[in-house]
Amino acid sequence: MAQRYVGERIKRNEDPRLLTGQALFVDDVEIPGMLHAAFKRSDYAHARILSIDVSAARERPGVVAVFTAQDMGTDWAPGPPLVSPPPTVKDVTFHSRRQAPLVKDKVRHAGETVAVVIAESRYIAEDAAEDIVVEYEPLPVVSDLEAALAPNSPRVHDDLESNLAAHFFQKKGDYEAVKAQADCVIRRKFYIDRGAAAAMENRGIVAHWDEKSKQLTLWDTTQAPIPIRNGTAARLGLSDNQVRVIAPFVGGGFGPKIMMFYPEEMLLPWASKKLGRPIKWIEDRRENFYATTSERQQVHEVEMAFAKDGRILGMKDDFLHDTGAFDPYGLTIPLNTQSHIMGGYVIENFSSNCTAVFTNKPIVTPVRGAGRQQGIFIIERMLDIAARELGVDPLEIRRKNFIQPDAFPYHNVIIDQAFSELIFDSGNYPAVFEKTLEMIDYERFIKEEQPRLRAEGKHVGIAVVPFIETTGVGPYEGARVQIETSGKVSVSTGYGTQGQGHLTSFAQIVSEQLGVAVSDVRIVTGDTAEFHWGTGSFASRGIVVAGNAIHAAAHRVRNKVLKLASKVLATPEGELELEDGMVRVADIPTKSISLGELAALSNPLRGAVEPGTEPGLEATDYYGPQFGTTASGCHAMILEVDPETMMVKIKR
Amino acid sequence: MNSFNLSVTVNGALYEREVEPRLLLSDFLRHDLGLTGTHVGCEHGVCGACTILFDGEPARSCLMFAAMAHGHEVTTIEGLGSIDQLSPLQEAFREAHGLQCGFCTPGFLTTLTAFLKENPNPSEEEIREALSGNLCRCTGYQHIMDAVKLAAEKMNN
Repeated sequence: MAQRYVGERIKRNEDPRLLTGQALFVDDVEIPGMLHAAFKRSDYAHARILSIDVSAARERPGVVAVFTAQDMGTDWAPGPPLVSPPPTVKDVTFHSRRQAPLVKDKVRHAGETVAVVIAESRYIAEDAAEDIVVEYEPLPVVSDLEAALAPNSPRVHDDLESNLAAHFFQKKGDYEAVKAQADCVIRRKFYIDRGAAAAMENRGIVAHWDEKSKQLTLWDTTQAPIPIRNGTAARLGLSDNQVRVIAPFVGGGFGPKIMMFYPEEMLLPWASKKLGRPIKWIEDRRENFYATTSERQQVHEVEMAFAKDGRILGMKDDFLHDTGAFDPYGLTIPLNTQSHIMGGYVIENFSSNCTAVFTNKPIVTPVRGAGRQQGIFIIERMLDIAARELGVDPLEIRRKNFIQPDAFPYHNVIIDQAFSELIFDSGNYPAVFEKTLEMIDYERFIKEEQPRLRAEGKHVGIAVVPFIETTGVGPYEGARVQIETSGKVSVSTGYGTQGQGHLTSFAQIVSEQLGVAVSDVRIVTGDTAEFHWGTGSFASRGIVVAGNAIHAAAHRVRNKVLKLASKVLATPEGELELEDGMVRVADIPTKSISLGELAALSNPLRGAVEPGTEPGLEATDYYGPQFGTTASGCHAMILEVDPETMMVKIKR
Repeated sequence: MNSFNLSVTVNGALYEREVEPRLLLSDFLRHDLGLTGTHVGCEHGVCGACTILFDGEPARSCLMFAAMAHGHEVTTIEGLGSIDQLSPLQEAFREAHGLQCGFCTPGFLTTLTAFLKENPNPSEEEIREALSGNLCRCTGYQHIMDAVKLAAEKMNN
């Protein structure tokens, strides 16, 4: 390849638009005649609804409609399960309970939607939502994970025998056997709390049913436009091709924006179709905190068996996972936790029970890491504790247990979130670790800096945390690449963008194949009218999965270019080069043709396209990896803690 | 509902509109004038995304009524530069990768435009202080710091 584009430091294609306020976000969509939605939400975490009085709201001038679950009639149905439990894990128990567009009988978390108001302006809609009077019978709440499983606990779902949402067990080797031979067994309990993703842009939807063209257009801050399109069509009894979902620029995703079929995502298209008017709903920050999904709460009881030199003999981890009031996202998060709790270490014997628990809290779906960091945090804490108890250096205990560079692909036996065996494809964990120690100057800190600072009465410590991150999982993504007669290239993929820089990184991949400037590659992500196959943006898999699909499609276009140019320039393909938007004969630079001219020749207005060939310099391709890739890295940090205020200060 | 006859200069152009007294300035700019570059992230003055320049001073447009802008000059992100002609600060953000999803960016740019005008040679500490009223969730603060330093350099040359 003459010129490299991938990996070069370049300016991003998307930036000029974002820097000047010219990028389209969902709330920027304005349609004449557009109505606005506001929701009446429960302030109770757990309560039976005794009555809902919407009469005052309906009478408010400017209100077009108010709907409760009752008003939806037979259209009322909970959202679909997004990720089913892994069929490959034996004896898995899983109770699927999904969120509904509007609550019918009792609310199960604060923020659940009880009614929706559609009005001429957002101001009126919000006023009218305040007019709605809901009479509740408050119920005792389920919040603590351990108490939730006690026999006398109140139940989130009355039809279940307990708050157990799911249970599964995974093992490799024989932990109990190695525990019996261990020199040292360490036990600890870890409580990990909740957090919110809180993207800068709240969620938002504009639904536009056009009665004359029988088309529904949906602008949605989703990370998964294609599943939203397919699911919306199914819910409304439309053909997939009557629904167009556009996820334009999205102001941060971080996981919660993929929780496809939020109540609002089910309601807005339904209401737009019913009323024959476009409707906009933009979440406010308060709603974002309790109506958007969050993550992280788990309770782990961990046990690790060691030989006295620090070698890990085995690990046992039994944990509770908070799934909130519903579990539409299946077991992705706890499977990720299990897949990461062994870190990048050789652990031959492993045993883990996971119990997912329903609570009266917002729904839990992946947030930035999706269960991975709980696992990494625990194994690294356990190694530090073990090092101290065994009198082994905390660096040595890691060095001793790393999976070695020649052991890849490393089979970890247990099942991962993609429902296949957890396999680490490649890595060099010791090298990354040693490099990190060098960069933070570990030796000098331990030998010189820390003793000096301690003598001064300062509380300064160091931590080094190597980690792995499974990513690049299937099922697949796809892309279409087309050279236009202008010589510019159009690319579309179903893989949506929320700030990752895809309009540039995807373009770089195409540029390298076709020899065009990165700024001449126009990328469209997340518009089902442009490309309608794919799954969604999750697990940091954009470049691996969508990137490979784009590469494959661009490569096929390159082959078409070479074939046609070879004919036009009467030169064997092997002697042609693609550079600066031209196809040139390697030794005779003057003998060339532009990509734009070739594109025109490939789509003749007269004559005949040869049988067995296709018009245009265009190709579509897909990529679906057999198993994911495993990234790895290492963090190191020097921290000072103020012993009085417990404030921490990052020194390095 | 009674109304208010608003006359306001936005990005150098005079607009006269009849508005509801309770209409927020952020909503007026975005939905009445179509200047959707001003973003709304929290609607209670915490996140800083909706920051505009009000007579040259940074102000939260979500905490003001449109009527309060009567007779004043407002500059939004659209008034700082254009796609073909980025301001030195916008250019520095691009070069230093000072943005990812770009949703918080308009508020940073308006805040920092005023800041650099007042303080063309800021120290690192002063830049941190100036950024403290704006949130970014893609965790890009370090690159934003770099962008401000780069912009100061550009503007001083």
